[in-house]
Amino acid sequence: MTEKQISVFLENRYGQLHEITDILARANINLKALNIAETRDYGIVRILVDDVAKATDALIADGCVVSVNPVQVVAVPNVAGGLNDVLGKIADANIDIEYMYSTVDGDNGNAKLVFKVSDEEKFKEILG
Amino acid sequence: MQKYFQQEIETMPREQIKSLQNEKFLKQIQHVWNDCPDYRRKMEKAGVTPDDIKSIDDISKLPFLSKDDLREGYPYAMLAKPLSECVRIHSTSGTTGKRVIAYYTQHDIDLWDECCARALVAAGADKNDVVHVAYGFGLFTGGAGLNGGSHKLGSLTLPMSSGNTDRQLQFMTDLGATILCSTPSYAAYLAESIKERGLRDQIKLKAGIFGAEAWSEEMRRDIEANLGIKAYDIYGLTEISGPGVSFECSEQTGMHINEDHFYAEIIDPDTLEVLPYGEQGELVFTCLDKEAFPVIRYRTKDICVLTKETCSCGRTFIKMVKPRGRSDDMLIIKGVNVFPSQIETVLIDQGYQANYQIIVDRVNNSDTLDINVEMTQEKFTDNLGEVAEMEKKLVSALKAMLGIYAKVHLVAPKTIARSEGKAVRVIDNRKI
Repeated sequence: MTEKQISVFLENRYGQLHEITDILARANINLKALNIAETRDYGIVRILVDDVAKATDALIADGCVVSVNPVQVVAVPNVAGGLNDVLGKIADANIDIEYMYSTVDGDNGNAKLVFKVSDEEKFKEILG
Repeated sequence: MQKYFQQEIETMPREQIKSLQNEKFLKQIQHVWNDCPDYRRKMEKAGVTPDDIKSIDDISKLPFLSKDDLREGYPYAMLAKPLSECVRIHSTSGTTGKRVIAYYTQHDIDLWDECCARALVAAGADKNDVVHVAYGFGLFTGGAGLNGGSHKLGSLTLPMSSGNTDRQLQFMTDLGATILCSTPSYAAYLAESIKERGLRDQIKLKAGIFGAEAWSEEMRRDIEANLGIKAYDIYGLTEISGPGVSFECSEQTGMHINEDHFYAEIIDPDTLEVLPYGEQGELVFTCLDKEAFPVIRYRTKDICVLTKETCSCGRTFIKMVKPRGRSDDMLIIKGVNVFPSQIETVLIDQGYQANYQIIVDRVNNSDTLDINVEMTQEKFTDNLGEVAEMEKKLVSALKAMLGIYAKVHLVAPKTIARSEGKAVRVIDNRKI
């Protein structure tokens, strides 16, 4: 299914990530997934939250630079070969993965895979 | 609409300006010889007496004054009137050393205020305008200069000083300010805040007078577009009087020097030779009729060009182009001259804020140049590759402008301090 992911620019500096989680905590936002992509000098924190609009407002109000983008989220059973099956289908359909990360669904212990892909419609056809 | 504050002086034929300068200059040399022991000593050391000075063309016989001369004589350097006749002081920021204190008699304040009033009228102001002065007040000349100019003109003056953005915007909107006077970086900051708060429809500004720090043409266009105004440059320095030594007219092609009070020369900073109009060099000023602090041939360290072409505004005063940089702002990095204004030009061209910090260091006997640049909401994308690409583009544009490699660091927005007075843009950690 498609979810809205918030990306936040992260300066390479002590405490920056904490500043972001602090803003979210104060706004009473629950994080469902978090991933960091980084270079030596800066990074991008990508998060899934329970209230995208409220989280975005809180971050912008505190001076963060953010971007909201759709990502594809797929639940897979927490067993050997789970990810492998999903990636096999994506490869067979010739879909490019820009990036992906995984997280654990706290409710049922399943793994959740978050994908940013080249062709969302096709992705939804094969894995939706 | 009023075109000039003092038409007779501002449009005086060139020959008449020359003879007025001549007359004031000879009187001034007599004054410093009699009343200013610091400069008299300099003249004696150079073997010159007032008898050697027959006209302003003999000015090249006189010794130069530098900022160091003024610092060495702290606190009374170049004082040429008894303190009982002085009514005020102003002082330089002292960021690069001891402060310089400038003294003013009432006559000195009056002529300075007139210069600022001329600048205001050149920017389209008259007594019906509401002039919002957001330069700092105090020892800094910015606030006092434009405040005084606006009083002279008879405009309602809002002595806001800098800082407290909410109050600035409240008065600006509630009282319908039409002319804004501030540093360009503070104007850009106010423009940003106006945009953020959605107040654009409530401001009545039509023009701004911005000076006291280097700013580029790109920054001017940005401020003009964001505030919907015409932005005018103004130039001055505490040592000469303050803002209003020169000012821009509607042509926006350079700043008219108030030549009835200040005599300008351009010199080669290495050979100290006087250069003809049109050539680039260091700007040197002589105060022709200031009483308390009459600097003669003061080296400003500003690198610029003087132009003599007639101006469509009708003013006959020569113009100086915007200083390319101060020779003391100029950084020599890996043997290359770098002006912060060049970096600013590239940043604005590439869609970044003109807020940046330059850090120069020396690692293993080689200079390094690092530039902190704020990421903007408009430029940010979720794609790390695209952000890296943007950064690469900025690095190559900087390389093309400066001729040397600069390491760019993208930092979070609003983490680089906005200046309310003068911006500290350069941190030079080299221990040479």
